[in-house]
Amino acid sequence: MNSKFETQPLARQIRTEVIKMVAAASASHVGGALSMADLLAVLYGEILRVKPEQPAWSERDRFILSKGHSCTGVYATLALLGFFPLAELQTYGQDGSRLMTHVSHKVPGVEFSTGSLGHGLGFACGKALAAKRQNKNWRVFTMLSDGELDEGSNWEAILFAPHHRLDNLVAIVDYNKIQSLGSVKEVLDLHPLAEKFRAFNWAVQEIDGHNHNEISAALKKLPFEPGKPSCLIAHTIKGKGVDYMENKLLWHYRTPNVEQVATALKQIGGGP
Amino acid sequence: MRTAFINELILQARKNPKIFLVVGDLGFSVIEPYAEEFPNRYLNAGVAEQNMTSVAAGLASEGYHVFTYSIANFPTLRCFEQIRNDICYHNLPVTVVAVGGGVAYGNLGYSHHAVQDIAALRTLPNMTVFSPADPGEASGCLQFALQRGRPSYLRLGKAGEAKLHEPCDLTQGPVPVRAGTAPVAFAVTGSVLKPALEAAEILSQRGIEVAVYSCPVISGEFAGAFKTLWRHQKIISVEEHGFAGGFGSFLKEICPANVHIRICAIPEANAALVGSQEVLRKQAGLDAESLARTALEAI
Repeated sequence: MNSKFETQPLARQIRTEVIKMVAAASASHVGGALSMADLLAVLYGEILRVKPEQPAWSERDRFILSKGHSCTGVYATLALLGFFPLAELQTYGQDGSRLMTHVSHKVPGVEFSTGSLGHGLGFACGKALAAKRQNKNWRVFTMLSDGELDEGSNWEAILFAPHHRLDNLVAIVDYNKIQSLGSVKEVLDLHPLAEKFRAFNWAVQEIDGHNHNEISAALKKLPFEPGKPSCLIAHTIKGKGVDYMENKLLWHYRTPNVEQVATALKQIGGGP
Repeated sequence: MRTAFINELILQARKNPKIFLVVGDLGFSVIEPYAEEFPNRYLNAGVAEQNMTSVAAGLASEGYHVFTYSIANFPTLRCFEQIRNDICYHNLPVTVVAVGGGVAYGNLGYSHHAVQDIAALRTLPNMTVFSPADPGEASGCLQFALQRGRPSYLRLGKAGEAKLHEPCDLTQGPVPVRAGTAPVAFAVTGSVLKPALEAAEILSQRGIEVAVYSCPVISGEFAGAFKTLWRHQKIISVEEHGFAGGFGSFLKEICPANVHIRICAIPEANAALVGSQEVLRKQAGLDAESLARTALEAI
C-alpha cells in the first residue's frame, strides 16, 4: 500500500508537472487537469490502496480516469508516487512516448484508456460488479468531468450502479462548470446535479473540491450509504492555482508560453 | 442456432468458471437455462447496450470471458464505440453475440436487419468475426472464440436452421461442404449457406459441378487459412449482408491477383423492402435459383 503523502505538497507538485508537461508538448486541456489536482492528491496520497512498485497488485483499488483529456494530472500523480520515473514525464505527447495526450493503459498504474467521453463509468461498473461477484474488497473510483455527463452512456451507467447495489463504486465529478464551448449552464445545464444522482438512488455528497480536509473526510467514509454507489460532487475551479487560467474557457485549449509558465509555476510554488 | 449457442455456452461454463453472460434484456425462452444454472455469472444489463458493453469490458478486465447478447444491430452498431475502444483497443476477452444476422428478422423491418455489421466489426483491431452457417458451426465458433480469448463477434442466425454438415475444426479455414476441383466455387458465410448448397445441387443435376465452402471465420488474422479457396479460378462470395465492406470485400482484400471474385450480397436499395427472410433473400438474388444462375454466368 502507498505510504501516506502530504497532500498539499503533492497537489502543488502535480500542478507543477502538469504545467511543465502541457507547455513542453504544446498541448491543451490544462484547465481540467488543474481543477482535479487536489482530488488526485488526496486520492493517491491518502485514500487509494495501491502499490507503486507493483501496479498490477491484485488487491489494489482501481482508479479510472473517464475524463481522459486531463491525463497530465494522472501521469504526474503516478510518476510522483513512483509508478514510473518522474523524468519520463518529459516525453509527454512526444512521438513514440507511451504518455499519449489522452490517458493510456500502457502507462503503469493506468487501468483504462479513455479519450472519448462517457466510457469510464460503465467500465468502472463492470469492475465493481466483478469485485462483488468474486467477493473482493477492493474498490473502484472513477473521475468524471461535468461536460461528459451530457453523454447518454453515463446515464445508463448511473441507472445501472444502484440497481446492482455497487457500493464499492465511487464516482467523483470534477464539477468545474466549464466545458468545451462554454459554461455547463449555457451548453447543457446539469443543475441540479446532486438531485439527479439522488433520484437515481446514489448516495451523494457535495464538497469544495479544493479543500483537502473536505475531500479526505468524504472519501474516508465509504460507502456514503451501505448498498448504494457513492457520488462525490466536487465543486472545482477550472485552471485552479493559476490566476490567469481560473474559470477561463480559453485554458481548455491554450498552451502557456514561456512567460506564462514562469508565472504559473511561481503561483503554484511547487518547486523547480 | 441461438439454442445451439446457449447449449454450448452452458457446456463450456460448466468447465470454465470464467464465462460470464450479459444480456441486453433480450433472449426470452433462450437464455433462461444458463441464467438458472449460473446466476453468479449472468446479468441482464437492461435495454442499455452502451453500458452493457462497457460493463462487459470491465468484467473482462477482471478475468472473465464475457458474452454480450442481444439481437440484430443492438449489441454491435448501437454501441460500436464501446466495442472499439473499451473491448478491442484493450484487447479484452469479450464475445459480442447478435441473434438475427442478415435479414433473419425479415418482417420486423430495417431496424432489425443486420446488414452492415460484418463490415463494421471486422475493421476493429484484435477482432475476429464469426458467422456460422448452422448449429454445429455456432458451437464450433463459440469454442474457437473461447480458445482465442480475445475480442470477437459471433453473428448468429435465428432459430430452426438445419444442420448442413458434420461438425469440424473451424480453425483450419473454409469448410469444404461440397468439395471438388471445379473452377467455380461458392464461398459462403452464414446461414445463407443453405441456398448456396441447393444451388450447387440444381447445377449438379444439370451436370455442372461447383464447390461450396462455408467460411464462418472472417478475420485478417486467419487470412492464410483461405488458401484452399484460391485453387478455384472464380469465387462467388455469398453473404446475407450489404455489398460494402462485407465478406466479399474481405475476400477481395486477401485473394491472389489471379482469382476473380463476384460478390452476391444485399443491395442498399433493398432497405426499403419488407418481407420474410425467404422473400428478402430472393429479392437480393440470394435464393437457390438465383445463385445457380449467377454461377452459370460465371462459368
